[in-house]
Amino acid sequence: MIYILPFILVISVSISSENTVKVFGYTLFPKVISLDAYKSIFANPGQILQGYKITIMFTVMTTILSTIVMTLVAYPMSRRNYKLRNLLTFYVFFTMLFSGGLVPSYIINSKILHLDNTIWIYIIPGLVSAWNVILIRTFFQGLPESLVESAKLDGASELRTYFQIIMPLSTPVVATVAFMTVVAKWNDWNTALIYIRDQNLYSLQYLLQKILRETEFVKKMAAETGMLSNVDTPTETMKFALAMVAAGPVLVVFPFFQKYFAEGLTIGAIKG
Amino acid sequence: MESLIKHEVEKLNVQLQHERINKRRDIKYYTLKENFELSLLALPAVILLFIFNYMPMIGSIVAFKRFRPNLGIFGSGWVGFKNFEFFFTSQDAWRVARNTVLYSFDFMIVNLVGAVLIAILLYNIRNKIAVKAYNTVMILPKFLSMVLIAFIVYAVLNPTAGVMNQILHLFGFNGTINWYAEPKWWPLILTITNLWMGIGMNSIIYYAALVGMDTALLEAAQIDGATKWQQTRYVSIPHIVPIMTITTILAFGSIFSGDFGLFYQTTMDVGLLYPTTDIINTYVFRGLQNGNLEISAAVGLFQSVVGLIMILIVNGIVRKISPENSMF
Repeated sequence: MIYILPFILVISVSISSENTVKVFGYTLFPKVISLDAYKSIFANPGQILQGYKITIMFTVMTTILSTIVMTLVAYPMSRRNYKLRNLLTFYVFFTMLFSGGLVPSYIINSKILHLDNTIWIYIIPGLVSAWNVILIRTFFQGLPESLVESAKLDGASELRTYFQIIMPLSTPVVATVAFMTVVAKWNDWNTALIYIRDQNLYSLQYLLQKILRETEFVKKMAAETGMLSNVDTPTETMKFALAMVAAGPVLVVFPFFQKYFAEGLTIGAIKG
Repeated sequence: MESLIKHEVEKLNVQLQHERINKRRDIKYYTLKENFELSLLALPAVILLFIFNYMPMIGSIVAFKRFRPNLGIFGSGWVGFKNFEFFFTSQDAWRVARNTVLYSFDFMIVNLVGAVLIAILLYNIRNKIAVKAYNTVMILPKFLSMVLIAFIVYAVLNPTAGVMNQILHLFGFNGTINWYAEPKWWPLILTITNLWMGIGMNSIIYYAALVGMDTALLEAAQIDGATKWQQTRYVSIPHIVPIMTITTILAFGSIFSGDFGLFYQTTMDVGLLYPTTDIINTYVFRGLQNGNLEISAAVGLFQSVVGLIMILIVNGIVRKISPENSMF
C-alpha cells in the first residue's frame, strides 16, 4: 500500500480541479474531476514533446553505442590468453575506485571538449561504465572456452569470433546491461542540470525538475497556449499532470522489464 | 581394501597432474598478432575511459591551483594546500562532513533492518504469486527518477495542500508545519524516503538467501515446538547474518559519499534546510555553480581520496573474513 498510494495521489491531483485543491489540499480521490490541467498541456505540448524527443534520442544512441563499446572491451578482458588482460582489467576497474570528481570533469567536458549545450554531453562521457563492463566480462567468462578455440582453429579473426560466436550467446547479459542503460539515461536529470542551458536541449527529467520547482516556469508554459490568462492557470494540478505526461508511459512499461534488472544484481562479481 | 584406496589415490594424482598440465597449456599467451587484434577491440573503451575518467583524475590537480579559465588547468598558478585550508577552516566543513557521515550511518542501519524485516515477512508468505507482486511493487521506485520521487515527497509535504499536514489535522494538530522551512524534520524525511526507495532492491538479496536455506532446519524446529518467532530468531536470522555483515562492511566503503540526487532533489535545494541536508556532494555541486571551482575541486578530491582509502580498508577486512565476497 505504501507503494501504491503515492501514485494514486499524484494521478488524483492531476485530474482534480485547481479550486478544490486550493481549498481542500491534495486528496487521494479527486473531489471534483477536471481535466483542465491536461487540456492546457495538450493545447501546446511543444516543450514536453521536445523533452521527449531529446530524451529518446540520447537514450537510444547511448544504449546502442555503449553496449557495443562495453562488450568490445569486455571480450578481451575475458580471454585468459590475452597478455594485457590484467592490465586492462585494472585500467577499467580503477575508474570505479577513484574519480577525479565533478569539477575537473566539468572543466574538461565544457572548457576543453566544448560538449556543453550539445546533445553529445548526454551521450559520450558515460559510454563506458566500469560496473557494466565487469558484469559483461563475468558473463563472457562463463561461456565455454572451447568455442573460441575452435573458431580460432577455423581461422576466424578475433573480431569475427566476437561477432559470430560470442554475441549471439550473450543476449541475456546484453539485454540486462542495455536495459539498465535505458533506465539510467531516461532518468538523467543531472547532466542537463550541470551542462545544458539551451531550453530545447533539456532532458525530460530536467524539465520535470523545473516544473516542480518553478511555478513561474509552469505559468510560462501555460501562457504559451494562449488559452488561459495568467491568473486562471491551474499551476498546482498542472505540475502533477505534467509529471504524469512525462513519466506515466514509462511507469507502465518498465515493470515488464524488471526481470533484467534483478538479473543484473545477481551476475555481478568483480574477481577472477 | 588398502590397495583399492591406493589405486584411487593414484588415479586422483594422475588426474590432478593432467589438470595442472592443462592449466599451464591454457595460460600459454597469444601471439603478438592475436594480442594486437584483441587490443584493438578494447581500444574505443580505453580511449573513452582515458578522456572521461583518467583526464579528470589528472585534472584534479586544479585543487592545488588558483584556477583561471583563460589559462586552463595547467596554465593556472599553484597555491599549494590553500584551497583545502579554505574549506577546512570554513564553518561549512564540519557541517557537510558531519551530515554526510551521519546520513550514511543512518541509512546503513535503517536499510539493513528494513531489508531484513521485509525479507523475513516475504519468506513467511506462502503464496508465491503474492510474493512476486510485492517484489514488483516495491522495486518500482528504482525505475523512477529522483525528480519524480521529489514530486511524490512534495505531494505529501506541500505546506498548504500536502497530505501530511492534512493527516496531522485529523489527529487534532492545529496549524500547519512548513516542512520545506524546518530543517529538524529532514533527517527523518530523508531516512524514510531513502528506505522507501531502496527496500525492494535491498531485501531481494536476503530473501534469496532465505529461500536457499535448508527447510529441514525449520521443520525440525517446528517439530520441537518452536513458535514462528523462535524459528525466525534462531534459524532464519542466523542464516543471513553473514550476508548482513558483508553488506554492512561494504557500506562503510562509501560512507563518505552521499546520494546527490536524494539530497538535491527531495529537498529542492532549499537553503533553509542546509543545516541538516547539506552533504559533501551537494556542497561540491554548489561550488561549481557559484564559480568556486578550485574549492569545490579540493573538496571533491578530498572525498575521492578518503573514499579510495575506505574501500581499500574495507576490502582488506572482507578478504580476511570471507574471501569470496571481497571485491578484488
